[in-house]
Amino acid sequence: MTDVRPLVDDDDLLAALDERGREEWRSLSAQVTDDPGRLDRVFPAAARRTGRGPLDDGVLLEDAVRVGLVRSAAQGLSPDQLLDELRELYRYGDNDEKRAVLHALNGAPDEVDGTDVLLDALRTNDTRLVAAAMGPHSDHLDDDAWRQGVLKCLFTGVPVTAVTGLRARADGQLADMVGRYRREREAAGRDVPTDVQVVLDACAGRAQQQPQQQPQQQKDS
Amino acid sequence: MRIFDPHIHMSSRTTDDYEAMHAAGVRALVEPAFWLGQPRTSVGSFTDYFDALVGWERFRAAQFGIAHHCTIALNPKEANDPRCVEVLDVLPRYLAKDGVVAVGEVGFDSMTVEEEKAFVRQLELAVEFELPAMVHTPHRDKEQGTRRTLELVEQSGLAPGMVVVDHLNEVTVDQVDEAGCWMGFSIYPDTKMDEHRMVAILQRRGLDRVLVNSAADWGRSDPLKTAKTGAAMLDAGFSEDDVDRVLWRNPVEFFGQSGRLMLPADGSGDETADASATFEGNSILRGSRD
Repeated sequence: MTDVRPLVDDDDLLAALDERGREEWRSLSAQVTDDPGRLDRVFPAAARRTGRGPLDDGVLLEDAVRVGLVRSAAQGLSPDQLLDELRELYRYGDNDEKRAVLHALNGAPDEVDGTDVLLDALRTNDTRLVAAAMGPHSDHLDDDAWRQGVLKCLFTGVPVTAVTGLRARADGQLADMVGRYRREREAAGRDVPTDVQVVLDACAGRAQQQPQQQPQQQKDS
Repeated sequence: MRIFDPHIHMSSRTTDDYEAMHAAGVRALVEPAFWLGQPRTSVGSFTDYFDALVGWERFRAAQFGIAHHCTIALNPKEANDPRCVEVLDVLPRYLAKDGVVAVGEVGFDSMTVEEEKAFVRQLELAVEFELPAMVHTPHRDKEQGTRRTLELVEQSGLAPGMVVVDHLNEVTVDQVDEAGCWMGFSIYPDTKMDEHRMVAILQRRGLDRVLVNSAADWGRSDPLKTAKTGAAMLDAGFSEDDVDRVLWRNPVEFFGQSGRLMLPADGSGDETADASATFEGNSILRGSRD
């Protein structure tokens, strides 16, 4: 059994669905609880059978439903089995499904390591995927990949509020990269996104906390 | 003028095209899976293509305020290559997805036994997944190909109203009409149909079950032919409402049978998804419209 954190509380999810959607949700959830292998058939159709649209805080109802289904299926799966299922859903998912898989990884326990899925998402130019890939599960990324992910957010216009743990992890090397990005924008006579300063401030904050840190110690994996 | 182009291969088009289409009134489209010009040699090449149709291209279209849908199938030309036929086994994964509004393009190219086998199998999939079918008619010997197509549709058990037979012309339209299927017309700069011949067909048989598309792809074609057909209809005395019916309500009615359309919330065609689509999902509601 593996515990996956829901994207929204069950009560909030049920409240957001209409009566038909609630019925469907209970049925789909029961199906994957009984047989987690049904996830591949239930996951793609979940949104049109239950509901979709924005909830509070930028969360989408269809994402909450799909993460809920993963959570139900995960009760009967080991962490390794869950990871296999998530990889399969991601591989054949449309971009909405892929985004939901990334949200599910963000709520998965530490022993579920979906780094390969995150790296795939970060190679895309779909900003919704890039944003989801920089959530809590991004703590599995090594420092190089994580810094490139932050830079990609700046580059593609994903607000850096999407980056989990920015203040804790921003370092001197990221500051150098972002500084070079700023100079390139300025040299081209283009606007510098306000998030550039947010990231630089985060880097400076960490440097203040750890003034003795040497560059070669910054890579922690 | 709001326009739903029911057949256009956007993967082969530029962002200039997306901008020009939006300016001309295009707010929704269907991109059928088809041949890429260069023959594929493996199933993996198909799945990457299908992934792009339900992934990147949908996202790209949203940047320009256009709702992108697709159809998924093994096309008739490549149904003749044994290296490609196994893709039939992975189609169910894609046919279950939102925004996949039909099985297609299926049908005939050279009228071979292999093509017919793949065609029949995919009509079965349309029945199983409760999806419409989009049928390509051959460029060569179109009349005979259309006749055999209609026989196979009848044998499949798929309701005629769930089938659009595409790339029709003056010679093939009546048999499709009599069979009760939807009639697709591709308006091209040189080949297939032009907008004035299209208007003549509409004048002769009316607007029921007619879909007008640009079928624009990597060949010489024009993504604004839908709008130009609308203008030709107005010039010929059709009303704005007639144009709206052919260029918007008809495709919505046909593909709405899938239950998988992803259209602007208010049905106006005035999607403005671009800002929100760049982050945190998009504002396009999915589901069929009445």
